[in-house]
Amino acid sequence: MVQTATKPRRRRYTRRDYQAFLYIAPWLLGFVVLQLYPFIMSLLYSFCNYSLGSSVKFIGLDNYVRLFTRDADFVKSLKATGIFTLAVVPGKLILSLAVAMFLNRDMRGINLARTVYYIPSLFGGSVAVAVLWKVLFQDNGIVNAYINALGLQTIQFWGDPRYALGTICSLEIWQFGSSMVMSLAALKQVPASLYEAASIDGANAWHRFWHVTIPQISPVLFFNLIMQTIQALQNFTSASVITNGGPLKSTYVMGLKLYKEAFTNFKMGYASAISWVMFLIIMAVTLLLFRFSSAWVSYDD
Amino acid sequence: MKKKSKLNLFFSYLLIILIGLVLIYPIVWMFFAAFKTNEEIFGSTALWPSAWTGAGYQAWMEANPGSGFWQYFVYQFHNFAEGWVGVGQNSYANFFWNSFQIVIPTVILTLVSSTLVAYGFARFNFPCKNLLFAILIGTLMLPNAVVIIPRYSMYADWGWVNTYLPFWVPAALAGAPFFVYMLIQFMRGLPHELDESAYIDGCSTFRTLVQILLPLMVPALFSAGLFQFMWTYNDYMNSLVFINSAAKYPVSLGLRLSLDGESVVNWGKMMACSCTAVLPLVLLFFAAQKHFVEGIATTGMKG
Repeated sequence: MVQTATKPRRRRYTRRDYQAFLYIAPWLLGFVVLQLYPFIMSLLYSFCNYSLGSSVKFIGLDNYVRLFTRDADFVKSLKATGIFTLAVVPGKLILSLAVAMFLNRDMRGINLARTVYYIPSLFGGSVAVAVLWKVLFQDNGIVNAYINALGLQTIQFWGDPRYALGTICSLEIWQFGSSMVMSLAALKQVPASLYEAASIDGANAWHRFWHVTIPQISPVLFFNLIMQTIQALQNFTSASVITNGGPLKSTYVMGLKLYKEAFTNFKMGYASAISWVMFLIIMAVTLLLFRFSSAWVSYDD
Repeated sequence: MKKKSKLNLFFSYLLIILIGLVLIYPIVWMFFAAFKTNEEIFGSTALWPSAWTGAGYQAWMEANPGSGFWQYFVYQFHNFAEGWVGVGQNSYANFFWNSFQIVIPTVILTLVSSTLVAYGFARFNFPCKNLLFAILIGTLMLPNAVVIIPRYSMYADWGWVNTYLPFWVPAALAGAPFFVYMLIQFMRGLPHELDESAYIDGCSTFRTLVQILLPLMVPALFSAGLFQFMWTYNDYMNSLVFINSAAKYPVSLGLRLSLDGESVVNWGKMMACSCTAVLPLVLLFFAAQKHFVEGIATTGMKG
């Protein structure tokens, strides 16, 4: 995935080469002003007492200390985000891979299936599907109507802290189509000769999956894994629209906590500390994934 | 043997269709729910609106003597009509206009800036190139949550809050590294000989880009444009943070406003609004489904 310049480096740069800076200038400017500067400022703010419109006061590590020792809501939001990420990312990846494997065959109509399965992803984090989920899983909504028809008790999907987060996860997992399409495209590129060779060597389907399929498509799986983890850790829309963090803060994910502290309570410094905790978690997870990836991701092509 | 494989095929199709139905059912249900009342939406597993049955038609005719089929037909869309009115002064016409004012310039600016930057990275050797490329990849993983607070205070200082500049300016400055990366990968796949011979013939680098490379990049640009349209149109958090007057709300915030605006939510109306809100995406998807699916299949996976 990460590939640096492939062309052999010339010793001297020509005049033409310097024109490159004209082309990358917009990005350089954007990077410095809209990424690097805010990135550093948010780190500085996180050590300050800063509300919009008031002066910035340095308070050292106070924000962080408060987050972990005096803010019970933050601990809850860490837990909610952790559960959400651990459910959604593997859930989506495994489902998308399983369905892609199943669709990876010569059958008429596969393209139609691929298109249809993709449709839920179209709505991404849109408010419309969040509203839809809210209705579907109401106490007297259609999902409960089916549950009752089976003779079972109504489940309070949004009212019961045991179920609310899981129901939000289901909304995300429902949108597995885009990763499925990526996995499917990767599967199609695995040379058939590899499977044939494996079969001749006496490998069964299970062995072929672990020793041919997985290594061959590992770069795509890895890219999906990283991107989805980053996205899941920042999740905001569904929790904000459907439950607003409730019940009993069981869906109070970090994205929501950050938004509320920054833009409802206007505690910008405190919210920046949350954003940095989030960033450090993302960094840690990404580095861990990269570390472990060397064992199973192969970039030999 | 043959019989077994036929049976196998049958079960494969059955499974494919079943999964498809489960995935699509919520969307289909949303569409039909837009023609229902609250009483019908809740506590029932029925999909088909009761007004669309013979009995429903007769009941409506009896309740509205003197009306014809046409009046009945038009009445079916009352949830849409009531929803479209919006909240207060702001109708969905307003919200849609705002959304397009955000989305269309964002898409165009993203494509232009990302193409230029990708060209710089894919076709030139320049000092610090590897470092800058690594930074570009790094920003791919930089969470929006980390930069949104300082950006907000910057934009507030510059008077950009409650304008669409927080969407347009980052787009003009290649602020979505994903698309830059995607176009770099795509450009690397195009043969070097093409633009090198043009350059040797005295063609300027900019003309080489526009006349030689750009025509070949149309499919990639099309996919990138579709994705940026989809993401910007669906975006909720940035709009929530940067736009604070209802008159400037895009559709996503308009929906939220409709939902919060009533103490007893009319869910049929809400579903009608949701259907209207996703309609541009659905139309775009069916007009260009190949580019969506192929686009995602070829983006960010090779290299």
